Order: sequence, then structure tokens, then C-alpha cells
Amino acid sequence: MVGVSGMLEKVDDYRWRIPSSFKDGMRVPGLIYADENMLSHGLEEHALEQVANVAFLPGILKYSLAMPDIHWGYGFPIGGVAAFGMDNGVVSPGGVGFDINCGVRLLRTNLSEEEVRPKIEKLMDKIYYSVPSGVGSKGAVKLAKDEIDEVLAEGSLWAVKRGFGKHQDLQTTEEKGQIAGANPAKVSQTAKTRGTPEIGTLGSGNHFLEVAVVDEIREPEIAAVMGINMTGQVMLLIHCGSRGLGHQVATDYVKIMGEVMARNNINLPDRQLACAPLASQEAKDYLAAMRCAANYAWANRQCIMHWVRDSFCSVLGKCEEEAGLELVYDVSHNIAKVEEHVVDGRKQTVCVHRKGATRAFPPGHPDLPRQYSAIGQPILIPGDMGRVSYVLVGTELAMHETFGSTCHGAGRLQSRAAVKKHLRGQQVLYELQSRGITVRAGSISGLAEEASEAYKDVSEVVKVCHNSGISRIVARTRPIGVVKG
Amino acid sequence: MKKYQLIEHTADIGLVAYGQDLAQAFGNAAQGLFSIITDLRKVKKIDSKTVEIREKSPEDLLFAWLNHLIFLFDAEQLLLKQCDVKELDAYHIKSICHGEKVDPSRHEIKLGVKAATYHMLKVDPENNRVQVIFDI
Repeated sequence: MVGVSGMLEKVDDYRWRIPSSFKDGMRVPGLIYADENMLSHGLEEHALEQVANVAFLPGILKYSLAMPDIHWGYGFPIGGVAAFGMDNGVVSPGGVGFDINCGVRLLRTNLSEEEVRPKIEKLMDKIYYSVPSGVGSKGAVKLAKDEIDEVLAEGSLWAVKRGFGKHQDLQTTEEKGQIAGANPAKVSQTAKTRGTPEIGTLGSGNHFLEVAVVDEIREPEIAAVMGINMTGQVMLLIHCGSRGLGHQVATDYVKIMGEVMARNNINLPDRQLACAPLASQEAKDYLAAMRCAANYAWANRQCIMHWVRDSFCSVLGKCEEEAGLELVYDVSHNIAKVEEHVVDGRKQTVCVHRKGATRAFPPGHPDLPRQYSAIGQPILIPGDMGRVSYVLVGTELAMHETFGSTCHGAGRLQSRAAVKKHLRGQQVLYELQSRGITVRAGSISGLAEEASEAYKDVSEVVKVCHNSGISRIVARTRPIGVVKG
Repeated sequence: MKKYQLIEHTADIGLVAYGQDLAQAFGNAAQGLFSIITDLRKVKKIDSKTVEIREKSPEDLLFAWLNHLIFLFDAEQLLLKQCDVKELDAYHIKSICHGEKVDPSRHEIKLGVKAATYHMLKVDPENNRVQVIFDI
């Protein structure tokens, strides 16, 4: 049998098509962003199969898209993007994932590596102590009875009102950290019970907090608008999501969608793709609940950022103004958004699913904060624990081709079990330390699972995004300190 | 006889669980789930919890039951070493699960599990075998 990789048609050096004839039932072709090198190393058959499966969803527009960090997920591939018409399309909780609004925020500082290096051990201790991390981390913020509903409705704004950060931070957060249309009544009590003690915690898995240093600026003028001025400048990355609250919202609604599919006679190759017509009450309920989880995640990152700022202040003796600890931007990479896009020459309102993909809006887009209108939306692409991360900006081409989307990270290459067969956590710790990276981690065995070897090289991934034109590389950072959840 | 076997998945982890009957396979799937989270040899049977669920199909039952156990870990920090499935038919499960609350001095938490998914989910009553992929 010819696998799906044997069916790939080359469009150009960075685009590959899965024809809709590959499987009976595909409504549109698949389009994968990758280069020859990625293909020769073999894109995962499972992941490509999932790109084809997404093309079965009713009302899907143009293509089932996959970014170059694509890997095998459940239902949608990780790195998948799909948009649906509002009148005949669907929303699929599996197309958002369990960690709703998992995302990244980047802070700049006025500090240089020389200033921070001598105190890095102390700084990482302080951050590790201030930001609860690891499986089941809890208890950073005590919520009053029913206060969880305020978190869900207000997101980052709730956090700022509670004293975590400042109003200015909201301007440089996607959706200002408070997506409209969130309705806490649509979130189950089970989800609220899971989420209440976990607000302000990093969690585990691939979530992390990183003190980084700018090591290359490709577009100095664009970088300067973001406050990235020189190599050696210290930056901060925070990567986490909506914790148990988001996981429970997804679990609750995947189940509900299963029932809707049976009622509407929708048949799909994978039940994890379960979906509901956008016009249905269930779809509206899911979107209202998903937005609550998204707001929770923004509030979460806002709280964490506040403690990181505090840690800098106490360890380096330079507080906010002097240290210039400003939020460059905060992006979501697991979310469904209702957006305007041009399809078949006509402006339409569509529902874009980004599952392990980042929004990449071009210069001039009305949803951008004013200061970024001329340069386009900042895109934050973390690499794995030991390697570099990137800052990119969105482009007009992304609007035309990918519903304003690009990659989200390195993309996993090896399973957890596979990487642990030849690597131990201690080894990984030693290797990172020998490269000048200070590590704080709750679980040493967990470190091995997140080792560089487990991931694709993020530089290869962003190169494809840059060369294909769906985003533009601005700067690169390398880590000097990591807190691993 | 092997109780369960982990399946390698690029980003996540799955398992296949077996039993003399389907009820035992469900129980072994729960044990497999908690073996991903911690070393079960270090978990004592101090607390017990009755979990009863009704659903529309055997697959929904497995999905909802395992997700409820994940909820118990997340919300109540319960590590469940053994789940005895007392009643099981296509639409109903009643189980009594034994374990204890996380004690950080004795239990290393290896991995968090976000949810059980429907991806590749199977309930095979003929061979008393179930399969599930977890989101990690």
C-alpha cells in the first residue's frame, strides 16, 4: 500500500500537497510546509494521515494546513491549521487541543548578559521558588469563592486588577489577554474545581520559563520597535497554558460533540475530531467555554510574569523601570478564533483552528497593537530546552495562504520512551550546565524527555516559515537559565 | 499475563490493557495510567474511592472513567494503585479504586496526564482488551 508520504505532490521547495483524491471523503487537499530535508528525514506517516483526516471536516476552506513543526497528535496533527465557514462549517475541540491557549510570552530587559551572568544561579533559584511548577503545582494565588468566574471572564485584566502586572501589559497581549465572548456559565464545575487551585502555576510537560540572551538580530529596525536593541540583551520567555481547567473544558466538550455528530450524521475517520456545526448551540457553548479557558491561560501567564519581574528586581537590585522589563508580546498557539479572511476573493468571517500554530498577522492588521502596526505581529517561537528560540513577524502572504498562521515551536521528533532509552535526566542536566545553562527542574527524569534530541531543530522549522514567506525572522535568542515544569 | 503495555506516540503516551474479562482490562488500564504518573510500587492502599459512571457506549465509558480518574489526581492529588471494577456493562461502570494522596517525600511525579483522548480508543470485548492514547 502506498502511504500518504508517497502521495505528496511538490508545489515548490517549501510546499507539498496531499491531493483530495488520497482518501475518499477529503473535502479539500492538504498543504504541508516543509523542505526537502524534512521530507528526506521522513515526515511522520501518522501526522500526514491526520492532515488528510482534518480535510474531512464539514465546511473546511481551501486546505487542511500543516506547519513545518507538524507531528503526530490526536485528531488534528500538532502544527495543524484549518478554517471553517461560519454558516456551513464546524468547530472541533480536538482542533484546539486539551491545553487551550497554551502560548508564549516574551519580555525584554535593559540588562546585558554580563550583568546577569554572575547572579544567574541566584536568579534561577528565586524564579523557581516564586513560580510554582511541576505536576500538580498549586496554591500561588488564593481565589475567593466564585472569583474563578472573574478569571474566566476577564483574563489578564483580572490579574492586573489583583496587582499582577500593569494595564500596559494588556496592550501587548493577543486579544489584550481577554477574548470576548467568554461565558463562565458554560464551564463545568469539574473544570472550575481543577482550575481554581492552579492559577499562577507553570505546570509540567514541555512548559518552561527561560532567561535568554539575544544572539542574533537579522532585522534591526523591526527588532528595535519591539525593544530588542543589541546582542547580549537579556530576555525572558514564559511558555504555559490553561492547566487542568483547559484540559477539562476540552474533555467535557469532546464528549458533547460526539453526541452532536451522531445527531447530525457526521462521520469522521477519528473520533477525536468530534465537531459541531458552528451554528449549533453546542458549538456556541464550546466557544464560550474555550474562551474562558483562553482567558484563564492569559491570566496565568500574567501572574507568572509578575513574579518573574519581582525575582529580577530582588536579585539584580534593578526594578521594573530601570530594568526595562516590558512585555514584548504574548501569543496563543492552541486556539480557535473567529476572524475575517479573504476566501475566493471574498471577505468572510471564518473560524480558524490553530493547533500548535501561531497567529501571524501582517503589518497594518486592525487587531495589532498600535506600536506594531508598521512591523506586523510579533511571533514567538520557542525551541527546545537547550537550543535557540526565535522572534518573527507576520506577513501578508500568511493572510493569503495560511489564514494568518505560522509554526509554534520545534515539533517533537522522538517519543518520550524512545529518548529515555538512550538518555538519562542527569546526563541532560550535565550537558546543559556544561553549555552554560542553569537548570532548575522538579523532575530530573522529566528533563530527559524534553532533551534537544527529542525535538526537530527549531532553526530548520523557522527557516521554512521564513523562506516560504509566511513569516519573517527578526531575531534569535539562546538560553542561559531554564525552569522546567 | 501482562496487565498492560505502553504504546509509543511522538508527543504523548498510549496503552493497551488486557484482562481475563473486560472489567479487568478496564482496571488494568487505570493502573497503566497511574504508572505513567508515578512509580506505583511506592503507593500504598490507604484511601479508597468509588467511581460510578453511566454513558452511551463502552468507548464513552472508558473515556469518561479514565478522565474522571485523571480529575481525581488533579483535583484531589489521589494516586490510584489499583481499581477493582465491580460492575461493568456497555453503559455502566462501578469501580472501587485504592491508593493514597501524593506525598512528595515518597512519590516522584514523573509526568502529568492532561486527558484520555478518543484518538485510537478501542474497547474489544471479544479479546478483553482496551486501548487509549493520553494527552501528556
